[in-house]
Amino acid sequence: MTQIDRRTLIGGAAATAAFGALPSWQARAQAANTVRIGVLNDQSGLYRDVNGPGSVACVRQAIQDSGITARGINVEVLVGDHQNRPDVGATLTRQWIDRDNVDVILDVPTSSVALAVNTIVRERNKIFLNSSAATSDLTGAQCSPNTIHWTYDTYMLAKSTGGAMVRAGGDTWFFLTADYAFGHALERDTSNFVRAAGGRVVGGVRTPFPGTDFSGFLVQAQASRAKVVGLANAGGDTINSIKQAAEFGLTRRGTKLAALLMFISDVHSLGLETAQGLVCTETFYWDLNDRTRAFTRRVLPNMPGGSLRPGMGQAGCYSAVFHYLKAVAEMGVPAARASGVETVNRMKAMPTDDDAMGQGSIRADGRRIQPSYLFEVKSPRESRGPWDYYKLLQTTPAEEAFRPMAEGGCAFLRT
Amino acid sequence: MDEIFGIPAPLLFGQLLLGLINGAFYALLSLGLAVIFGMLNVINFTHGAQFMMGAFVAWMLLNYLGIGYWGALLIAPLIVGLTGVILERTMIARLYKLDHLYGLLLTFGVGLIIEGLFRNEFGSSGMPYRIPAELTGAWDLGFMFMPIYRGWVVVVALVMCLATWLVIEKTKIGSYLRAATENPALVQAFGINVPRMMTLTYGAGVALAAFAGVLAAPIYSVNPQMGANLIIIVFAVVVIGGMGSILGSVITGFSLGVIEGLTKVFYPEASSTVIFVVMAIVLLARPAGLFGRS
Repeated sequence: MTQIDRRTLIGGAAATAAFGALPSWQARAQAANTVRIGVLNDQSGLYRDVNGPGSVACVRQAIQDSGITARGINVEVLVGDHQNRPDVGATLTRQWIDRDNVDVILDVPTSSVALAVNTIVRERNKIFLNSSAATSDLTGAQCSPNTIHWTYDTYMLAKSTGGAMVRAGGDTWFFLTADYAFGHALERDTSNFVRAAGGRVVGGVRTPFPGTDFSGFLVQAQASRAKVVGLANAGGDTINSIKQAAEFGLTRRGTKLAALLMFISDVHSLGLETAQGLVCTETFYWDLNDRTRAFTRRVLPNMPGGSLRPGMGQAGCYSAVFHYLKAVAEMGVPAARASGVETVNRMKAMPTDDDAMGQGSIRADGRRIQPSYLFEVKSPRESRGPWDYYKLLQTTPAEEAFRPMAEGGCAFLRT
Repeated sequence: MDEIFGIPAPLLFGQLLLGLINGAFYALLSLGLAVIFGMLNVINFTHGAQFMMGAFVAWMLLNYLGIGYWGALLIAPLIVGLTGVILERTMIARLYKLDHLYGLLLTFGVGLIIEGLFRNEFGSSGMPYRIPAELTGAWDLGFMFMPIYRGWVVVVALVMCLATWLVIEKTKIGSYLRAATENPALVQAFGINVPRMMTLTYGAGVALAAFAGVLAAPIYSVNPQMGANLIIIVFAVVVIGGMGSILGSVITGFSLGVIEGLTKVFYPEASSTVIFVVMAIVLLARPAGLFGRS
């Protein structure tokens, strides 16, 4: 008995050693051919529906559509919840890069978090593909050679929505501004357009973020007698502002609301009865053309609840990953992982083209440009089915939609 | 136009009124908390989630069963109150003999789980819920445009607070409750079923939260975070009023709503923190709260 035991023991030890060696050898071979993407966004708060798990579903769809695994390249996706707090976002980013060998930080809504991530990624020479944060500072005062700002920004929203409101006669403005980096940037950029078009900003309030009750601020807006109330906020803040503005009769008395950043999930939550007639600017709408419809059909089963239509932030994640993987396939994994700046430069050199966001290009300052679309929310009578919410009012060509590079003041371009 | 402290008078009156309306929600929620704490000695951190459940049950009643606002106002608190009874029987009742901290941790955890479940099912943007047809429209008060629905909320909240106070202070069952709070063993000795009374008290406190949730559904976006946003403020209200003091929480609820409203005019950025500043000052001067017994 003892002999058998000993034999078993020795055999077991040998087997363990052999098996133990095998996976680690395999792991090394795999690691040499693996890129890691960390999706960092709001998984549990007010921005969850505009990015959250929907962004992750779009990333997985992009990996599948890119056909990169057939070339023997593995793509690993990590998901993190930054809870809209810059400290949490910064800690997760450091952990992912330093410990988990993550190559790309993706999505990152909430401008204050995005700006923190922007700095860390640049220090570590990795890649930051931002889809869901809006501040135009990411390609302006705080631009970085490691960052591409993919989907939209405060300048583009201000120009399209703000410009359209001023042209329609809304020449006096009052702002409800979410009190953090994003709100401040959106207010600043919109105010510039209003003034340039001959309008006036008669006042504004900075509202604590996130907020629930906006009635006190809306009454102040009404007292200012401004023709337009600019909502420099997003997600749940925008929904509550619009809902309560209707309740307090602002819109019925002729005041116009400018939802400077509104997503299709916000419209869905408000219902067409309340949201009808609002205008908003997006770079993606699921029902825009055959390609966007085809993309939506593919990704929809994996979206939250199997019914949430992707919004522009999520579609931007798809587009960014699709383009990044093209660069990885061309450069090879070791080269693509070696230097974030080099890979970003390669991405800038190639035009972008995918089903979700169509054709576009990436400028030297990291701004991806494409046409922006001004939509009006349909009335319940005009809507022909579920999620049929927008009609296209106007398209701004890619070259005019975003801030000219010279006006951004991006520092690394000068060196 | 007349000005008070450099602010146009109409604007100031408007904010006072709106503060009172928000105060109505604070009062209703803190009332439930105070009742539960007074009786069970449990700090019910699930309260925010139960407020949210009230709003969601109202939404479900409308969309799945076609039961409108008025029905929901009655049925939603009953359903959510029943879940409260189950929670108390199966979990909270086991913690009465332990330190407060355990009850706090349990209810906090349950609250997070409930919010997570709703978030998974309904997402974060929320659901539309319309103001009932009878209460749509608004009064023009001269200094502001006052939605009829908000007026209704203040009136109902006041009636509800008064009714709860009357039940506890003036009825026989209320006197049992108060006696059981003081000395449960003695009350039990008189043949009164104290554990059942505690269960029902918890259920009633939870039902109050759900009632406030139904009231809030047409005003705020019905979303899983709606309770979490409010509950921290409500806890501050309860602490300022004095833990367990019913009258204290009602008065503090309304007055803090007003203070918050005024802050929105003078320094909007601080409107979410002003309540905690007040809390710090009150705790320094009167550690038991304004109406609490030390």
